[in-house]
Amino acid sequence: MQYKKWRCLICDYVYDEELGAPDDGIPPGTRWEDVPDSWTCPDCGASKDDFQMEEI
Amino acid sequence: MTTATLSAQWRDNKRYLWLLGAVVPALPLIGGYLYHLTGSPLSWWLAMIMVYAVIPLMDLLIGTDTNNPPETLVKEISQETYYRYAVYLAVPAGYASLIWGAWAFTHMDLAWHEALGLTLSVGVISGIGINTAHELGHKTPALERWMAKIALAPAAYGHFFIEHNRGHHVRVATPEDPASSRFGESFYAFLPRTVVGSLRSAWEIEAKRLAREGRGVWSIHNNNLQAWAMTVVLFGGLTAWLGWPALLFLVGQALYGLSLLEVVNYLEHYGLLRTKREDGSYERCQPHHSWNSNHIVTNIMLYHLQRHSDHHANPTRYYQALRHFEHAPQLPSGYASMILLAYCPPLWFKVMNPRVVAHYRGDMSKANIKPGIREQVIARYAKSA
Repeated sequence: MQYKKWRCLICDYVYDEELGAPDDGIPPGTRWEDVPDSWTCPDCGASKDDFQMEEI
Repeated sequence: MTTATLSAQWRDNKRYLWLLGAVVPALPLIGGYLYHLTGSPLSWWLAMIMVYAVIPLMDLLIGTDTNNPPETLVKEISQETYYRYAVYLAVPAGYASLIWGAWAFTHMDLAWHEALGLTLSVGVISGIGINTAHELGHKTPALERWMAKIALAPAAYGHFFIEHNRGHHVRVATPEDPASSRFGESFYAFLPRTVVGSLRSAWEIEAKRLAREGRGVWSIHNNNLQAWAMTVVLFGGLTAWLGWPALLFLVGQALYGLSLLEVVNYLEHYGLLRTKREDGSYERCQPHHSWNSNHIVTNIMLYHLQRHSDHHANPTRYYQALRHFEHAPQLPSGYASMILLAYCPPLWFKVMNPRVVAHYRGDMSKANIKPGIREQVIARYAKSA
């Protein structure tokens, strides 16, 4: 399955499933649905609900 | 007693006071009416007197409120439309003051000090309008984002909509952020740096986004251009209607209004710094990276903007749900009082520098310091620590 990217609507940060967010303890390859709901945007703090899937 | 029954008893003690946020923008109109009743030239200064004298005094007299909504109720109160409409109302009220002010400036044969008072009073309202736009611009629904741009037009600060969310929130409390003030930097040094830096940043952020979408920067989709166009239409229309002197009034009040927003920016992160990680990125923005205040009167006027730590931790959280954090840095008074200190740098340094030093327990290598005095400051306080 192809990796997807999710973009923060507030600040444009991109969560790339392939890269994960190792600084927040989310290993590379973590699917968006497996990112915990309590996770927030590392750049601006927006919640997971404020992300939108990006067209590739 | 269970938590559920506890939360059922929670009342927002500021609930109806939030409507005052829509009364403040009407102050120049109220001033005009007072002039009509009393003939006192001071009436033209009403909004200035409120913001610089009455509100700071009321903050001192009425004091603070650390009341937080229980977590279980946050979702419910965030969705209550009442709170939304209370903010929406502030936008037409500000426009009414601006339009009426431009008319009075050009048609009422005012003495120079009355014209000045009117210009500055309307400028205060346009500055507060940026705060209203701030509350609206952090939300994702299209209506609120459009209203944010509309609320920014009177201060000609449309790019704030872009820079604040995608620039300031990302780089807050770092030397790279034009809108985070540094230890030892006076408000007068900060003002040109933040105005120019924010403008440049907003332009670059939009250019990058548009390029990603395969568009040029001179596009109708450019949010900066869209927002600035509203100012051009607004100022152009009023000037066409009322004549050239109206433009003098409009530009004057806009400059003063944006300086008011920037003096508030100056307070919010003074001297605070996020730690750099080994890979060059910064730690996440945390509660100890913003200055806070629980002074009730200014908090009502600014939609809890002073609960700034929670705002940066949760930027889309609605104002009515913002929380006081026990361990976040606290200002000695509300923003309305603190801006008076900021205008007077020796006084500001005297009050705030010791607070920054105490916050870092004398280890000023952890602070955001004005370049050029960094080594000096670190050495000086290392001795006293």
